[in-house]
Amino acid sequence: MAIKKFAVAAYDDEAVLFPAVSKVRHSGYKLHDIYTPFAVHGLDVAMGHKDTDLHIAGFIYGMCGTSTAVGFISWIYCSDWLQNYGGKPHFALPAWIPVTFELTVLFAAVGMVLTFCYLNQIMPGVKKHVFHPRQSDDMFVVALELNDHVSEQEVIKFLQSTGAKETSIQKAEASWWYGRWDKKEEYEALNA
Amino acid sequence: MNDRFEIPARLRNTGMMLLGVGVLTLICGIAILLMGHDSSDTDKSRFWAVLLHNSVFFTFITGVSIFVQAAVNLAQGAWLTAYRRVPEAIGANAWIFGVITAIVTCAIIFGFRDSTGHNPIYPWVTPGTDKILLGKKAFLNPGMFIGFTVATVALWGFFGNKFRSLSIAQESAPHNDTKIYWKVFRLSGLFLIVYGLSQMSTIPWLWVMSVQAHWYSTLFSWYNFASAFVSGMSLILLWVVYLKNQGNLGLVTKEHMHDLAKFMFAFTVFWTYLWFAQYMLIWYANIPDETVYFKMRQQGPYSVVFYANFIINFVMPFIILMSRPSKRNYFTVTFIAMLIIFGHWLDFYQMIMPGAVGEHWHINWYEIGTFMGFAGLMILLVSKTLTKSSLVPNNHLMLKETVVHIA
Repeated sequence: MAIKKFAVAAYDDEAVLFPAVSKVRHSGYKLHDIYTPFAVHGLDVAMGHKDTDLHIAGFIYGMCGTSTAVGFISWIYCSDWLQNYGGKPHFALPAWIPVTFELTVLFAAVGMVLTFCYLNQIMPGVKKHVFHPRQSDDMFVVALELNDHVSEQEVIKFLQSTGAKETSIQKAEASWWYGRWDKKEEYEALNA
Repeated sequence: MNDRFEIPARLRNTGMMLLGVGVLTLICGIAILLMGHDSSDTDKSRFWAVLLHNSVFFTFITGVSIFVQAAVNLAQGAWLTAYRRVPEAIGANAWIFGVITAIVTCAIIFGFRDSTGHNPIYPWVTPGTDKILLGKKAFLNPGMFIGFTVATVALWGFFGNKFRSLSIAQESAPHNDTKIYWKVFRLSGLFLIVYGLSQMSTIPWLWVMSVQAHWYSTLFSWYNFASAFVSGMSLILLWVVYLKNQGNLGLVTKEHMHDLAKFMFAFTVFWTYLWFAQYMLIWYANIPDETVYFKMRQQGPYSVVFYANFIINFVMPFIILMSRPSKRNYFTVTFIAMLIIFGHWLDFYQMIMPGAVGEHWHINWYEIGTFMGFAGLMILLVSKTLTKSSLVPNNHLMLKETVVHIA
């Protein structure tokens, strides 16, 4: 949660974007993120993203669901409220498997959706800074994170050399926040 | 690229050796039955039931290859195209195992009676005064049995060979010509109907379930299909890995192997789902007519096979294949494929044997030798078919898509 300085470049062509991303990564500038109107296949690989551990999280959520189901049902039927159902043993595991299975799936699914939202910083009511209004329309927007030692002119010149149609320097909140767009005035003051 | 397959001497020798062991086992089995003075009814049942078990198992797992092609053609999937010659070669030979099964079942129906004049493997052949068997006579009779068997074997043979010959004809067709593609597409739809009426319903009822003719389960055929499908996929995977080790199938990458391994993993879970659905409903309702099936398997002499079946076919593949790296590792997938084929062989064993030989079960030289014989026959037939055409489906419309395929 910090205000940082960004160099923003907007591209209008996928064929220009991919070599540009490669050049940015080789140049040593810190790539913050790329915003595209649609899912671009292979962009995650080009950006150097590794596979997340979402599936391991899913496994752990599933195990939580399994143990919740088995633990809760066995507590009810073996300890808290003993009843005789059709002469079956109290610990009637086969009869519980469907419920256990469903709870495993439910925990894994809901947990993975929430984790996915967290990793991608999307959630109802969550706001993020929009670097370029056309990033959800027809432009591919690349944001580089800058520190104080980088020359702004050099970055802009570099980005233009990679084929960017529009470039700008912005100071903005790097992360997400919950609430309203109340940082707008703050930005305008910063970027003025 | 090495797109022709020539049978290496080692594979031919292995196949010949396995087939030789199988033939020797069969001769020994017959000799012991004929010469042994103390050969009881159970020994005779065992002789026929093992032949039935292995021929049914190999018919099912090779027939799966035809189904996989049909399903993938209909879904217009490209992941199979890189190694489609392998399921084509396996599927084109399924009818041979079907013919063997037809011969074995006919021999059992017409030629096998125990000392009391009954047929211990297919009791509905000699119903006597048994009311339940007489009530099922409209379906369970030799005419019905032979009719469905012959129709199934003939249709599987037709479609298995047709898919293969059309796929090879595409190689010499004009570039990007879609005529054969859509023809195969329509035939695939037809084959799914054939398959649904054979493997997914009538054939397992007749070949396998009627061994315990008093008992029935409505999802039995579906469960048989799941069992066959997962081991059929493993069989395809073993052939693909073998051909890759020989330096063929250069187009096949880890992405394609990953897809096959995903199918093995997913249908392992599907098999367990059906296995458990059948088990749990019978366990819960606890009706003696139905529980008789599991009495002998779970609590009786077969309990070792019953639990081994569950561990080998569900627990081990499920845990080992769960993570992504293990699905992309040639060693783990090969190991699991062998394990699954053995496990489902055991699964079919415990479906057939309790009804046929009762508590006197053995997994001994005769069972293993027969399995080796069938495996050798399969190796020889499939490798022979593979040599007859290019291993790369040149000019196939999905070829480009399959090269860039990512799992």
